[in-house]
Amino acid sequence: MNNVWAIAWKELRSYFLSPIAYVVLAGFLFIMGFMFWNMLAQFSRFVAIYSSMQQPGMMEQLNLNDMVIAPLLGNMTVVFILIMPLLTMRLFAEERAAGTDELLLTSPISTLEIAFGKFFGASMFVAVMLGLAFVYPAVLMYFGEPEIPQILTGYLALFLLGMSTIALGLFASTVTDNQIVAGVLAGGMMLMLLLINWPADAVGPSMGAVLRYLSITEHTTDLMRGLVKVEDIVYFLSLISIGIFLSQRSLESLRWR
Amino acid sequence: MIEVDRLTKFYGNHAAIRDVSFTVEAGQILGFLGPNGAGKTTTMRILTGYMPASSGTARVAGFDVFEESREVRRRVGYLPENPPLYREMTPFSYLSFVAQIKGVGRAERPSAVQRALEATATEDVARQPIGTLSRGYKQRVAIAQAIVHDPEVIVLDEPTIGLDPKQVIGVRKLIKGLAADRTVILSTHILPEVTQLCDKIVIISDGRIVADDSIESLTANEDLEHMFLRVTASDVVADEEANADDSEPAAPTDAETQVSAPSEEDLPAANSHAGDTR
Repeated sequence: MNNVWAIAWKELRSYFLSPIAYVVLAGFLFIMGFMFWNMLAQFSRFVAIYSSMQQPGMMEQLNLNDMVIAPLLGNMTVVFILIMPLLTMRLFAEERAAGTDELLLTSPISTLEIAFGKFFGASMFVAVMLGLAFVYPAVLMYFGEPEIPQILTGYLALFLLGMSTIALGLFASTVTDNQIVAGVLAGGMMLMLLLINWPADAVGPSMGAVLRYLSITEHTTDLMRGLVKVEDIVYFLSLISIGIFLSQRSLESLRWR
Repeated sequence: MIEVDRLTKFYGNHAAIRDVSFTVEAGQILGFLGPNGAGKTTTMRILTGYMPASSGTARVAGFDVFEESREVRRRVGYLPENPPLYREMTPFSYLSFVAQIKGVGRAERPSAVQRALEATATEDVARQPIGTLSRGYKQRVAIAQAIVHDPEVIVLDEPTIGLDPKQVIGVRKLIKGLAADRTVILSTHILPEVTQLCDKIVIISDGRIVADDSIESLTANEDLEHMFLRVTASDVVADEEANADDSEPAAPTDAETQVSAPSEEDLPAANSHAGDTR
């Protein structure tokens, strides 16, 4: 555990010692802020229109969570899938390119500890990202009364998605010493998992159910509505486990080349 | 301290090393020599637990490098050919990290890092990002990395590369000092370095050991440079020179052609007692 922590801490620090952290954080917060501002502006237009109608009951239909938070987080899913590979591509490809993999692999630590360390290090960075992104719901809390549990489960959905992308992106980063290749592989895998339910209606009921189950959106939608279901959590935990397992196997195979 | 027994490593069909055997006693400095591509790095990577051998065994500090790899890795300090440095870290944080993953306890870590910084004379730059350091400093930080956990066995792949003459002398002193209670494998192309530092020499050529003896007996009849060139002359070159000798004794023009090429019959003898064959 000590070794996992050592790797994780080193990984988190190296994000902040390079420009990556700041560029990714700034880009992420800017895009999220832009979406948030647009949705909030639209919401307040609705409020103005509805209140000018002066019909009782109309105003109750306006809901901050459904009209701002849920669509904001839903759109952030795509942004996340585009941004996360920038964080994962360097995880091991950089070690291989710099020759530091030789240090890690000749230290008394296991490849599983390396994989977990890398995974937790990047996950902590995503936690920081999402922590900073809490400024937007905080604005809503200051001016209105959004439902806080629903906001939390929505952020949980993004965090689980982020960790899944890290686990699979880490694997992508172990199969090559080229960061670009690792990033494209990670982004490609996640984008495919996002779109995989598109042919679900065309391929028959059983195959369609499989494709739907595999799709990311099927498992984030409910969480973003405030509904925590075990199967959704299990889905993300499965992606994470598969990613870490493949990473460990891939790291171990480096020794046999 | 180190016992290598018939190690063989295949990359696909190509054998990088074949039946490599040698031993190093505790407290010795072994000069591990050979032309580029002869299999030095492969051998050292196996001894440090980076990769397994295809066949054969090796024991380091009493542990099998494959079966008890983790115990071996705990006891070995390794400077690879490419210094394994994180550019964005400072030597201080880098050495703390290395000490941590090498198993140095939290309480001992600051003194271990301090000791490694002092030994390699890198205290002055301990708080600067490694990427901004000169090549000599980088190389010394990489050496510090290999000794930070006070290992019993130290494997150094070309430690003095990229250093200025003064630093070279410093690093040689350091290696000599380390060897008092440790075992060192030193790979280098600088032959005078070997004469100055090493107790014993193993020469590998084309994946095979071609010389293995104490420095005194290997250099009894000729200097190290000539001996090295003779034992590492590949079979092809040896044949060509042997043919040339048949027709006419070629007039030697420089040091390289003066090396007497052993004929094929002589070669096995050269392998075992290279120093005695002349």
